[in-house]
Amino acid sequence: MNPASPALNQPGSVIFENVRKSFGVFTAIPDLSFTIEPGTLVTLLGPSGCGKTTTLRMLAGLEHPTSGRILIGGKDVTLLPANERDVSMVFQSYALFPHMSALDNVAYGLESSGLKRKEAREKAEDGLALVGLAGMGARLPAELSGGQQQRVAVARALVLEPQVLLLDEPLSNLDARLRRRVRSEIRDLQQRLGFTAVYVTHDQEEALAVSDRIVVMKEGVIAQQGAPHELYESPASPFIADFIGEANVVDCVVESVEAGRATINYAGLVQSLPARAARPGPARLAIRPGAITLSPLAGDAPLKGRITSAAYLGGHVEYEVEVAGATLFVTDASAAIALPPRSEVAVGLRERGIALIAG
Amino acid sequence: MTGTDRRLNIALVAGFAALLLLPWYRIDGGFYGFGWLQGYPGKPASAPAILQVFQHGRWWLAIAAALMGIGLAARFTREPSRRARLLILSGVLGLVFLTFEGLAIGFSGWSWGVLERLFGSLGDGQPSMGAGAVVTGFTFILLLSFGLAERGAMKGDAFIVGSIATLIALVTIFVFYPVLSMFAGAFQDFDGSFKPDGFFHNIADPSIWSLDCVIGAGRCGVAWRTLWLAILTASGATLLGLSFALVATRTRFPFKKGLRLLTILPIITPPFVIGLALILLFGRSGVVTQLVSDLLGIEPGRWLYGMTGIWIAQVLSFTPISFLVLIGVVEGVSPSMEEASQTLRADRWRTFRRVSLPLMAPGLANAFLIAFIESMADFGNPMVLGGSHGVLSTEIFFAVVGSQNDPARAAVLAMILLVFTMTAFIAQRLWLSGKNFATVTGKGDSGAHAALPRGLSFAVHGLVIPWGIFTLVVYVMILFGGFVRTWGLDNTLTVEHYVKAFSIGLRDNGGIAWSGVAWDSFWTTMEIALISAPLTAVVGLLTAYIIVRQKFAGRGLFEFALMMSFAIPGTVIGISYIMAFNLPPLEMTGTALILVMCFVFRNMPVGVRGGVAAMSQIDKSLDEASLTLRADSFRTVRRVVAPLLRPAITAALVYSFVRAITSISAVIFLVSAQYNMSTAYIVGLVENGEYGVAIAYSSALIVIMVTVIAAFQLLVGERRLRRENRVQSRPASPALPGQEKPV
Repeated sequence: MNPASPALNQPGSVIFENVRKSFGVFTAIPDLSFTIEPGTLVTLLGPSGCGKTTTLRMLAGLEHPTSGRILIGGKDVTLLPANERDVSMVFQSYALFPHMSALDNVAYGLESSGLKRKEAREKAEDGLALVGLAGMGARLPAELSGGQQQRVAVARALVLEPQVLLLDEPLSNLDARLRRRVRSEIRDLQQRLGFTAVYVTHDQEEALAVSDRIVVMKEGVIAQQGAPHELYESPASPFIADFIGEANVVDCVVESVEAGRATINYAGLVQSLPARAARPGPARLAIRPGAITLSPLAGDAPLKGRITSAAYLGGHVEYEVEVAGATLFVTDASAAIALPPRSEVAVGLRERGIALIAG
Repeated sequence: MTGTDRRLNIALVAGFAALLLLPWYRIDGGFYGFGWLQGYPGKPASAPAILQVFQHGRWWLAIAAALMGIGLAARFTREPSRRARLLILSGVLGLVFLTFEGLAIGFSGWSWGVLERLFGSLGDGQPSMGAGAVVTGFTFILLLSFGLAERGAMKGDAFIVGSIATLIALVTIFVFYPVLSMFAGAFQDFDGSFKPDGFFHNIADPSIWSLDCVIGAGRCGVAWRTLWLAILTASGATLLGLSFALVATRTRFPFKKGLRLLTILPIITPPFVIGLALILLFGRSGVVTQLVSDLLGIEPGRWLYGMTGIWIAQVLSFTPISFLVLIGVVEGVSPSMEEASQTLRADRWRTFRRVSLPLMAPGLANAFLIAFIESMADFGNPMVLGGSHGVLSTEIFFAVVGSQNDPARAAVLAMILLVFTMTAFIAQRLWLSGKNFATVTGKGDSGAHAALPRGLSFAVHGLVIPWGIFTLVVYVMILFGGFVRTWGLDNTLTVEHYVKAFSIGLRDNGGIAWSGVAWDSFWTTMEIALISAPLTAVVGLLTAYIIVRQKFAGRGLFEFALMMSFAIPGTVIGISYIMAFNLPPLEMTGTALILVMCFVFRNMPVGVRGGVAAMSQIDKSLDEASLTLRADSFRTVRRVVAPLLRPAITAALVYSFVRAITSISAVIFLVSAQYNMSTAYIVGLVENGEYGVAIAYSSALIVIMVTVIAAFQLLVGERRLRRENRVQSRPASPALPGQEKPV
């Protein structure tokens, strides 16, 4: 974090400075600091109750911090009410006004900002066209499908041309297939128009798919932040390793570190991998379920395991395997048929998909 | 110029205009008469504060100007936290000062001897606060609110902070200040000096607390009589209400729709009308009395005039209220509970006794307490039927009006009545918070209610049918009573009562002459009802919005205080308003304003309840979406919340309009020769024995109110239909013939 960076005085930047938020005796966020560069899409990711929505609402002005400062575009907005901030928000429930047509919904914010009614409606038409709903303006929200309602909500927020667009779990009310399409539409719009977006979700796959940067939160504290591939490939803690794309976390010993690569010993299996900050000694290893290879035991093997359960899921097979006193979760997309339960197997690791956990 | 500066400018301009231009003190002939413009601004009566200070020796008003000056200084302070502090300082000191000077300096100088000794005597006192003082006070409230908002209170929302501050000020002035004045009145002599003799003399009065009827011959005190009556009325009304509710929801009774119509009766019936109809039936010259005496040769008795008569009238009046409450309760018992009980081998009777009834228990207690409070507060029926056997509310009235003229006694009686109703109200609150089996959930609950056990079914029908017929007869009497010349003596049909009340003639100059005796009070009533209804709706729903949507310290207390004002009997309100608003600093008796304010704050709790219920069904994210779309909360309320609350708004409007027409208890203290209300006028007619005109006038009122309610119902009903049609058209549109059930 570098608060002196010139980009952080530009429109569209966000700075949280030692923000604390308590609700009565309960402290939701003890001390939060982070920055967002203009024009990026940043995801706040975490399990429910981690404070990500509270953070977003503080940015919107719907909650005010107990202490600390919030800056948007270099301007201190800590005490500003929601309607005087240059941000807009897409709500989880969309919060479309049921008594107004789609067009009136989109024009509402423009009229609130002082535009003449005619002008506002013209801009609102453009906004609807932007999300592919041209000509649907006369319909009431109840007459639109879930996906269309979602787009009206996005258009309503975007026409205000805010410095920062806030999205609070915008896809959670859509079915799985639609979700994938809408999320790429949102990402596409964001890249095309180049606005800053803050996106809250609890779905790590969604986060990986849309973000420039992900901020993972846990119990009101940032657990780790970085680009999607950094989080996936170099998790800073077992929590991150497991939360971003599932992982088995096991103990291992780093035997030597040389030229940026470490040699580790996991229960007899020796493997070389990027060292990151590791030093020789005991360490922890995150192993993705797909990074474990299982093969029928033929003779001796450095690491042996015993399959306790197997489930055939078409595209891949899921196993639970007992290895060195722990149960590992393994997915195998290469096998045509499942190995039988209770059989002994040789266990191997692929380099892509395992990582030493820092700290 | 930012919005924060603009609103501050407006407030300051208003504030200084109030100090420099508006007449500071109350104008005797009424502000809107504009008679004061003559001789303005030189005359001391109509001079603004600035001239009061320099020409009329009221130097203390300069302090108000100085405190306003702090606000002006804040306007030109750029440093935000300092600016906010200055605003808060100006607002708080200004309000404290206005309160203090208002209470401390009366008509003829210092109100309290202590101040006279400290500061020496004042040459002249001051009259009641007027337009200038009120606008100045409001400006201080605004300055305080802006200051708090700029410090980030309520997320920096000045509209919300201002609304809360204004509501608190209004409730303080129109609910707490009168009640406190009344308490003070109990300890004061006529000249306002402290004299507790009257209090001790009255509180120990045997005519209030005597238990003679229990321990020996003689009558019990009025407090015990009132309590006893309230318990009997509440029991009767709850039992009948439950029977009606059971018949309406759990049986195949053919006239269920008609039964439900019963529930609007108490809203549209002026409270003494039932008593009046009973007199026409069972009074000395009543139809039934005459019939019985002719047939059986029994001397017509006066049994109706007393506790028995009041009890019958009250049970008739309040059964529909219990019915209304208990319909919801009975329907609220989840059918699946009863079905579960039946599948567990319980027969209908056991199901009713062990499952349905216990689930209804909190609702029954609630209905009982509501009827209890209503009975305690009832003024109309005891007034008409009580004779010499008064209850607390009528005793209060007679303590002020008429020969006794003992305000201290009235205050003591009012305190006793208040303690009773408050105890019941707090009991109700505690009871409801402790035991609430909410079986109505958001999920659809399928299943059918169990039918009533046979014996019980007979019993409730046996109660409901005769009582329903009785109610019908009473209302028929009300509607047709006005067409009979003199009840019992001369039963010829006539329209003379209506002519006397509502005749219209032509003046010599061609104008319409409203020559009927009723017109005067009728137009006043309409005017005041039409002014107070929208005010009540605005205040009530704004309060509901704040209670549901805003979190602030003391919100629970705020809500409790508002709801509590519902439990203050009308008579107590009336007597307390007289005691509070008869003298400076706020003098309003004899004006239309006091009637309007009385209605607004008496009827507001119902608007609040309706608003809270409606508001809880509107997703909070709609408000938040509006806020993030650059709308301030005033615009949010106007454009988003209010349109969605339309049914609740209509209900609040109708209710407050109708209540302003029907209520009597508080009104009878507050009417004046210039502003007389229908109900007070009708009670006057009854006291003079002019039953014919009284009943004609009452039935005309009932017809008008039915028309108003029906018109509103039609309006709202249509609107809702349209919206539902829109919603329902969506699920129907995707054609999925394959999913249709094979027949």
